[in-house]
Amino acid sequence: MSSEGGHSWARAFRYTFVRDLRLRIRHGSEWGSPLIFFALIVTLFPLATTPDRTVLVTFAPGILWVAALLAVLLSLDALFREDHDDGTLEQMLLSPVPAWLLVLAKMCAHWVMAGLPLALMSPVLGLMLALPSSVFWVTALSLALGSATLILIGAIGAALTVGVRRGGLLLALMILPLYIPVLIFGAGVVRLALDGVDVTPYLAILGAMFAAALALSPWASAAALRLAHSG
Amino acid sequence: MACGPYWTFVVKCRARERRARRDDPARDNERQVGLRVQLEGRQLGCERDERWLFQALEFSIEDGDLCRVEGPNGSGKTSLIKMLTGQLEPSEGAVLWQGKPLPKARAAFHGALVYSGHLSGVKEALTPLENLSWYQAIGIDDDARSVAACWQALDAVGLKGFEDIPVAQLSAGQRRRVGLARLHLLNRPLWILDEPFTAIDREGVAALEHLVAEHCHKGGAAIVTTHHAFSSVAFTRRIGLDGHGGHHVL
Repeated sequence: MSSEGGHSWARAFRYTFVRDLRLRIRHGSEWGSPLIFFALIVTLFPLATTPDRTVLVTFAPGILWVAALLAVLLSLDALFREDHDDGTLEQMLLSPVPAWLLVLAKMCAHWVMAGLPLALMSPVLGLMLALPSSVFWVTALSLALGSATLILIGAIGAALTVGVRRGGLLLALMILPLYIPVLIFGAGVVRLALDGVDVTPYLAILGAMFAAALALSPWASAAALRLAHSG
Repeated sequence: MACGPYWTFVVKCRARERRARRDDPARDNERQVGLRVQLEGRQLGCERDERWLFQALEFSIEDGDLCRVEGPNGSGKTSLIKMLTGQLEPSEGAVLWQGKPLPKARAAFHGALVYSGHLSGVKEALTPLENLSWYQAIGIDDDARSVAACWQALDAVGLKGFEDIPVAQLSAGQRRRVGLARLHLLNRPLWILDEPFTAIDREGVAALEHLVAEHCHKGGAAIVTTHHAFSSVAFTRRIGLDGHGGHHVL
């Protein structure tokens, strides 16, 4: 049964992933909003502080990372809410496929629509903050890895607050402390790259946090969903 | 990669094993037997806000049973259904599937169950066909693995011609029918339906009644909560809740 089971699990994962992508694409505004939010915050900083390139570039890693973090946080509330409201969430929890697998599929789709675009857009916004083009790749890589970690961690909070009406603020309060290490090392990667130092140690720590979150978060989120759903 | 040939070998062996298992007629019998319905409630109790909705509820549902859960509003029908589907932990007692308590038998139990609750479980931005093919995938149902099965299920609930229209553009009754198409699509022995007749027209109600009766006649089992009087079907079991902690089981 195990090999047969593995095959149908992969199919369930694929269908859930594609379903979520399709839903995001059809609700155009929903997947665009974190991206626009990200661009807006980054645009406002040079206007509010100074156009001086040497000053801006020292703040650039922090600005990019804080804006990306808030954009991810903003998008997380929608991760399970719609499924909870229309009843597909309870059907997912009643499926013979383990819930963590379906939750993981949802997280992957969320990253493709709300995390990866932030990373891809970072060079453009980096240009605005006077980042030298030599660190574009490192910035994008740190944001791609970091946003995946942020989504994985945040999903636990989103799952716990799914039954709470207007749980957005509660979610932020719960999740922000857990985001701090990711923020420190993520922005640290870009800062090291700016200083021309080897970034691999910081990237490795960021990768380790991603791996730990990937291992724990799907199970924790699925358990949290069951808990929130039975309340 | 030094281990390349070894992995090719392992993958081939697994594929062969899988084929052999699929062609084995004995396995089909085994599956049929394995999927017998045997759902029991042992001393079930439900407490809400320091008030017992019901206590010491004992019953068992087996193949061919058509069970009705009845009672006034707020008497705990939906809570009972949620306990039976494993969504709600009983305040006391246990629900057993084939003799095993639910949390342990979860995967096997959910592989034998179609549940239709108050929420339709249908995505509005997707078409009925996309909704059903997703249900097929997460239901890991071997017998209904084709798009054709989805088309047939939609045809059976009277939605032929609406396959490619986003559900958001359908009426409330039609949305409900998309959810109920899962009964046709997934080959499961146990149906648990919470108020399935909401928003459905008279012909739809008759068809659904007929479908449930036929399912039980063929050896499946169904648990239904409804205020609607079944016109043509006899219930083999009734669980009545009075809303003051009392109940009767027939």
